[in-house]
Amino acid sequence: MRLIPSIAPPRRPRERTPAVDADAPLLARLRAGEQDAFVALVERHHATMTRLARSLLSNRAVAEEVVQDTWLAALRGLDGFAGRSSFRTWLLSILVNRARSAGVRERRSVPVGDAGPVVDRARFDASGAWMAPPEHWVEDSDERLLAQGLAGDIRAALQELPERQREVVMLRDVDGLSAHEVCAVLELSDANQRVLLHRGRSRLRQALEDELGGA
Amino acid sequence: MSMFWQRGELACVQMVELITDYLEDALPRAQRRRFEAHIAGCPHCTEYLRQMRATIRLTGELRVEDMAPHVREEFTELYRRWQAEEGA
Repeated sequence: MRLIPSIAPPRRPRERTPAVDADAPLLARLRAGEQDAFVALVERHHATMTRLARSLLSNRAVAEEVVQDTWLAALRGLDGFAGRSSFRTWLLSILVNRARSAGVRERRSVPVGDAGPVVDRARFDASGAWMAPPEHWVEDSDERLLAQGLAGDIRAALQELPERQREVVMLRDVDGLSAHEVCAVLELSDANQRVLLHRGRSRLRQALEDELGGA
Repeated sequence: MSMFWQRGELACVQMVELITDYLEDALPRAQRRRFEAHIAGCPHCTEYLRQMRATIRLTGELRVEDMAPHVREEFTELYRRWQAEEGA
């Protein structure tokens, strides 16, 4: 099943890797042999790497090992890093490869999987108009929503997402990677990255509506 | 269905599937215009769009704890190991 409208548009150029790598100063110091620069780099990327590794590998201990292996590989390969991608993209690509060889579950051949509409078809009438419209829950202040313990609900909903959707949503929306970076790290086409993002975000929205709707 | 996509107005059921392409700025111009025209006249889809944006913002608020001190030590150790290996 095609999930992309059949009139798939010619794409505009997407965002590119920024010309200035935010890690460049730390990398320069690391290359000069500064241990502190290494620890600072680890701190910058640890959360993203740990989340991604845990998403790729169900076993926590193995995930942590893969993060360490990735850093060791990065240190060993530092001379070979030419800066064609951002350091983060390079690092996360190493991690994905390591995780895969550490025995990641075999990837499905159809990466988008999970077909079907993102909103229950029963919520629309025959003309395609809303019959059961979205229940209002958005407030003016996100803080107020978060204060209601919503972070836990989002976290739980993220865990429920199919693996590839979770990886894309986390990298994009939690870790703030660009579409371009996510495509490079997870080896996805632009279109598939968007489909996974779409399905993942739509599910999270539904989870929030289930939690907060009808208020 | 495909006729429906190409010309005329979009239905709500189509809007919810196009929304990420809209937010990612991946809709062709004509489709984007149709999307925006629909939003302008449909309070439910306007609400839906607000909810998607809020979902993205709220997901972006998730943070994990800072790196535990023992992790810092582990990585310092890892760096030293690598240096020893380099020097060997």
